Order: sequence, then C-alpha cells, then structure tokens
Amino acid sequence: MPSTPTVGVLALQGDVREHTAALQAAGAQVRPVRRPEELDGVDGLVIPGGESTTMSKLAVAFGLLEPLRARIRAGLPAYGSCAGMIMLADKILDGRDDQETIGGIDMTVRRNAFGRQNESFEAAVEIAGIEGGPCEGVFIRAPWVESVGAGVEVLARLQDETIVAVRQGNLLATSFHPELTGDHRVHGLFADMVRRTL
Amino acid sequence: MSTTPPSTTATAPAGTPETGTARVKRGMAEQLKGGVIMDVVTPEQAKIAEDAGAVAVMALERVPADIRKDGGVARMSDPDMIDGIINAVSIPVMAKSRIGHFVEAQVLQALGVDYIDESEVLTPADEVNHSDKWAFTTPFVCGATNLGEALRRIAEGAAMIRSKGEAGTGNVVEAVRHLRQIKADIARLRGLDNHELYAAAKNLQAPYELVKEVATLGKLPVVLFSAGGVATPADAALMMQLGAEGVFVGSGIFKSGDPAQRAAAIVKATTFYDDPKVIADVSRGLGEAMVGINCDTLPESERYANRGW
Repeated sequence: MPSTPTVGVLALQGDVREHTAALQAAGAQVRPVRRPEELDGVDGLVIPGGESTTMSKLAVAFGLLEPLRARIRAGLPAYGSCAGMIMLADKILDGRDDQETIGGIDMTVRRNAFGRQNESFEAAVEIAGIEGGPCEGVFIRAPWVESVGAGVEVLARLQDETIVAVRQGNLLATSFHPELTGDHRVHGLFADMVRRTL
Repeated sequence: MSTTPPSTTATAPAGTPETGTARVKRGMAEQLKGGVIMDVVTPEQAKIAEDAGAVAVMALERVPADIRKDGGVARMSDPDMIDGIINAVSIPVMAKSRIGHFVEAQVLQALGVDYIDESEVLTPADEVNHSDKWAFTTPFVCGATNLGEALRRIAEGAAMIRSKGEAGTGNVVEAVRHLRQIKADIARLRGLDNHELYAAAKNLQAPYELVKEVATLGKLPVVLFSAGGVATPADAALMMQLGAEGVFVGSGIFKSGDPAQRAAAIVKATTFYDDPKVIADVSRGLGEAMVGINCDTLPESERYANRGW
C-alpha cells in the first residue's frame, strides 16, 4: 500500500474499538475523535455503530456537530455503520424530534427500520465493488435506506430489495456492522477511498 | 453468481435472515459501549432518560433503593408498564427477570424488550439454577462479582456482563470491588501457561474453553459494564477508568434532587471519563445526590450481590 492514511473514529459512544481494529487491519492509522480540535489532521472519519440519539446529543453538547458538517462539506471521506449511517443521512424517519444528523448523503434513512432486538439478524450481503463473495451482514436494530437522491450509488440490497449500503462521492454508509465480523473488506474499501484523496 | 457460504459458518445463505445468533446478541451490547443505561419506573422517567442521552433504559417497577426500603418479594414488572415505556422511547428497553425465573424471561421476550437482565436485585426464584439463556432470541445481561461467576453466566448464554456492585445503596464501593476483582482475575489468567489453565478453570468453576478464551483475549468475550452504586458523574467516570465499558445507573438518578440534569451529567462524564475538567464542569449545580447507605452496615441478608451462584 502506497500510504498510511490517518482515520479518526468518532468516539462519543458506540463500538469504537471494533472499528479501530478493522481500520488498523486495513492499513490505516487510527485516532479517536471526541473534540473539534481532534478532527485536525485526519484524512477520513468513521462514525461507529451505537445509539444515534446519544451520539447526536453529545455532538451538539460538545460543539462537534458544526465542525463535522464543515469538514464533510469540504470533502472529508467518511464511513458510517448503523448509527453512523443515520448520522450521515440528510433526512431521517422515526428519529427523535430534536435529533440532529451530520448529513452529507442525499438519502432518507429510517431508524430501527427492521424492528426491535428480537428482529435483529444476520444475512449475507453482496456489495458492489467488493470482490470475493458476499460479506456477512450483522443487522442490529438496524436502519434502512428508504430513498436516495440522483447522486447516490446503491451498493447493496437485501433479497427483498431493501437498500442497505450506499455511497455518494467520498461518503460510504452501511446498515450493518462489518466491524463485528473480522471481515475487513468494507474498511479496506473505505481506506482506499481515503487514500485516493491524499 | 450467488456464492453461498458453507452451512457450518455463522451466516445464513444470501437473503435468509437468521435471528438470535450469538453475534447479534453480543453485538447489541457492543453498540451500547461508552453509554449509560438508566433504571426507570414510568414512561415519563424513560423520556427524561432518553432526553439526557441514555443509550438504553431498564424498565422496572421500583428502583433498587425502594425495593430495599419496601421489602417483600421483588418480581418482574407489570407488562402494561413495560409496554408504556417501550412506546414512550425510541432507544432500547431492557427489563429484569428474577434469577432462574425463565417464565418471567419468556414473558419479557414476548413483550419485545431488547435485553433481559436476570438480576439479583429481584428476589431469586431458584437458589441453584440460573435460566438457560441460549433458549432465547432476546439477549441477556447478568451480574457478576468475579470472573468465575461471569464465565458461568456466559456459559449459560449471557451476552453481556455487568459487575454487580450493591444496587440501591448509592455507594460505589462494591461496584469498585467487583470490577477490580474481575479485572484482577483476568490479569492473573494472562500470566498462566497452558498447563495451568486447566487448574484455573477448576478453581474458577468455569468451562475450560471460556477460561482459555479469556486468557487469550485478555478480556471477557462479551461486553462488561459496571452497575450497583453509581450516583455521581465522578462515580461513572471512576468505573470507566477502572475498565468498565459503560455504566448502569439505578436509583442514583431518580432518587436525586434534579434527575434530568444529573442524568445528562452522568452521560457526559461517561464519554469524557478521562477528562477531569469535563467531569468538574458537569458536576456543578446538580443538587442533592441520593443519600446513600454505608455498605459495611448492611446485614449479609440484605446484600443483593450474594444472590446468584
């Protein structure tokens, strides 16, 4: 690999450790981001799985939301899984009334769309641009993508056509949690997206 | 085009969803890390907890401090109350069953709670056996005071562990004792060679495979939270600095002077657990903390941590 990008992981709450390990396996240098100044010098950002309402509140309370929006508007590559997908959505359904997202991907995402924990599931997912067979998709109280704008590329659907992975420019989002599987191909794809911007 | 993984793997064939897998159950707890799970007894309290940034709420009939005060048999909550809380918030809802009361657990699963806490805070229904937690789609969290106890619960199917502490006291001393014990037990395993791990498993009264896994990983194979006595933002941060991956707060919030503000402060202190300036800031003007009980004056029979085997 030609270069080692520095990728931040938003560390307000959630499965930060698993994303950190997956990014390291994909050849990135990783640092946690909890404060605005910790965004300086990162080449890309991962927004982990977790509770999106908690992340949203903490991002607002600690003055992180606007700096995050500014960096992403300016082209910072970002990848969000599950709650991270919600945080990257321009519009959300079934969120709290006061729930803020960072936005950036022209899509509408429905929170907890598959149901409660008893409906959480695993299913294999074919992802466009990822070689070597389907990825193991772990869906935990997961969101789905209800609709996308013209500039959004749909990377994966379930058999019933539900959209579960998308990309728009430098932004990537999945409903599921590749970080829980030990299969680092999605993080590899994101690390390559980051490298291309260096 | 569709390459189906062999059926021996954890993943179902493409498009065939599989629910209730160990990965889905343990993975749910991974999503709660760095967060605060709050005891609530009404939909209104659940709203306050969600507004404050809780990652989940624990629905119960009485907070542990009131269970202590009122005495009597403490049981699973009224289904109507649990429904009310599920409908009031969008974050995960947990609820408690008595130890060994697998029918209460079946009811909680049927109600659609997101996690079941087989809890020593309620009056045990079985003084020998815990519930077989593998039999459920809904994941379980269980309390533990040491590594052997944690591994026995994981062997029974628990997908998350919390150190027990002493619930309803507002006194963090037992939470510290139990978390330190679990961490020390794990550290000790790290120093053993392969020959010694068999005897370690015997002494811990835990399955060898789990003991070996902990020795290799240097941590539990499931998420470890802390519980039982957290009453202040500094208490929560203390447990995080000691190695908890998140905290349960029971009576500490709704038995205090200003629950909404205290709840939000504990959430912030849990995220910035290693930043004393943030902890100082959020600790200002919180009003009265819960009064609290000195654990060394608690008679043995009133120590919830002794329940569970």
